[in-house]
Amino acid sequence: MKKGKQSYLLNNRIFVKDTSVLVGKRESEGPLKEYFYDVLEDDLFNSKSYELAECKMQRHTLQNLLKKCEMKIDDVDCLMGGDLQNQIFATSFAAREFHASFLGLYGACSTFGEGLALASLLIDGGDFKNIVVTTSSHFSSAERNYRFPLELGNQRTPLSQWTVTASGSVMLSCDRPEEEIVPAITAVTIGKTIDYGVTDANDMGAAMAPAAFDTLKTHFSELSRSPSYYDAIFTGDLGIFGLDLCAHLLEQDGITMPKSFSDCGKIIFSEKQKVFMGGSGAGCSSAVFGAYIYELMKKGELKKVLLVPTGALLNKDSPLQKQSIPGIAHAVAIEV
Amino acid sequence: MKQLKNLLKKKTNEENHENKEYLDYVHKTAPRTKELKTLVPAFLVGGAICMVGQLVSDLLKMWTDLDKEGIATATSIIMIFLGSFFTGLGLYDRLGRIAGGGSIVPITGFANSIVSPAMEFNREGVTFGICAQMFVIAGPIVVLGISVSVLVGLVYMIFA
Repeated sequence: MKKGKQSYLLNNRIFVKDTSVLVGKRESEGPLKEYFYDVLEDDLFNSKSYELAECKMQRHTLQNLLKKCEMKIDDVDCLMGGDLQNQIFATSFAAREFHASFLGLYGACSTFGEGLALASLLIDGGDFKNIVVTTSSHFSSAERNYRFPLELGNQRTPLSQWTVTASGSVMLSCDRPEEEIVPAITAVTIGKTIDYGVTDANDMGAAMAPAAFDTLKTHFSELSRSPSYYDAIFTGDLGIFGLDLCAHLLEQDGITMPKSFSDCGKIIFSEKQKVFMGGSGAGCSSAVFGAYIYELMKKGELKKVLLVPTGALLNKDSPLQKQSIPGIAHAVAIEV
Repeated sequence: MKQLKNLLKKKTNEENHENKEYLDYVHKTAPRTKELKTLVPAFLVGGAICMVGQLVSDLLKMWTDLDKEGIATATSIIMIFLGSFFTGLGLYDRLGRIAGGGSIVPITGFANSIVSPAMEFNREGVTFGICAQMFVIAGPIVVLGISVSVLVGLVYMIFA
């Protein structure tokens, strides 16, 4: 059921049947270490390049997900997802190993939100039963795509974020699995592209915060919910500074966020790991959701969660062509 | 004067932006580079690299029959080799993370800026990988360096 202009209250519960997450070594040493069960010791993953390694990571998580769900690829109506590489190399090339309908998505680091929103609306429509949503990012392939060669001796700015090496996949289904607690998607808000004129490509938090603010505000007003409706609200990868900015914008608009308002990029690394503002990347929200948030929900520690993956829609050329950075964020409400 | 002021400001288009308030807030609250914490390592590492260069130069003076110009050229070659070598070992970028400008400015940093893309794009093959991408960072430095030296040469020719 459409609510307002951007939000949808789903008619059916769209169950998150299971998740599968693979993370790199650095991520597994962060504060969420006990939740990451599948860790990549070598970030090349026995591949010839980091791009191919990321592709293999996607393949690995997808296979693992099918195994966990005890399903075959034929049971999946559609595979959708994306990553940060040019022409979503990792996801498309991982998809060629699976004979299933495939929809490649790109929303930068918000791709996971885009996928969850799209998949749950499609399943809610009635014609789709099971959809897999998958996203990934790899520090080394992202550095090449957006920044400098790895061995270049440059210094990172205090505003920079560290692209996480992670891949996360989830199985969405209209059938309720036979378990006691099954998190399900109940509502989504599809965000607008918002550009407040931030031009610093190292300051992605500031570029994305207005988009997260806009989506959160719209979500609360269109669904007549307040932040306290949720046990926890997680943005995707605003980072420490971006999260503060988002809270500031909401505060100015009269919406006070609870203390549980957090960010996947902020919690995946600790300050000691010297990643400045925290983690980022298309795999950040999918990994944190799949390994951490989903587990907490299954344990019953969190009952209502709003996940808002955020993305900065720039490429390597757009700042050189004097363009500011548009941001995007999609909100997905998950409840048990 | 006003024009000059605008020119000095990094992003003049931010001045009249509709979200000026937000951009100002970002500007005001953004964490900044801690200058002392970065200046000191930059000074120390940059200084150390120069000391190595001086040592190489002094040793060449003692051990070889090269003239002054020959020593300067040989020192540059050795320093470029060292910069490339430590880039290849994967150590120069770690030094750069601590030292910043201290390891970018010396000639070893120039070597690093050429070797690092060559290593990075090795996977795309020799022609379109290494050869095509090698100067992706050093290219502008080379082009500007040569252009400016031509200009300075012209000025020197006219006035000297």
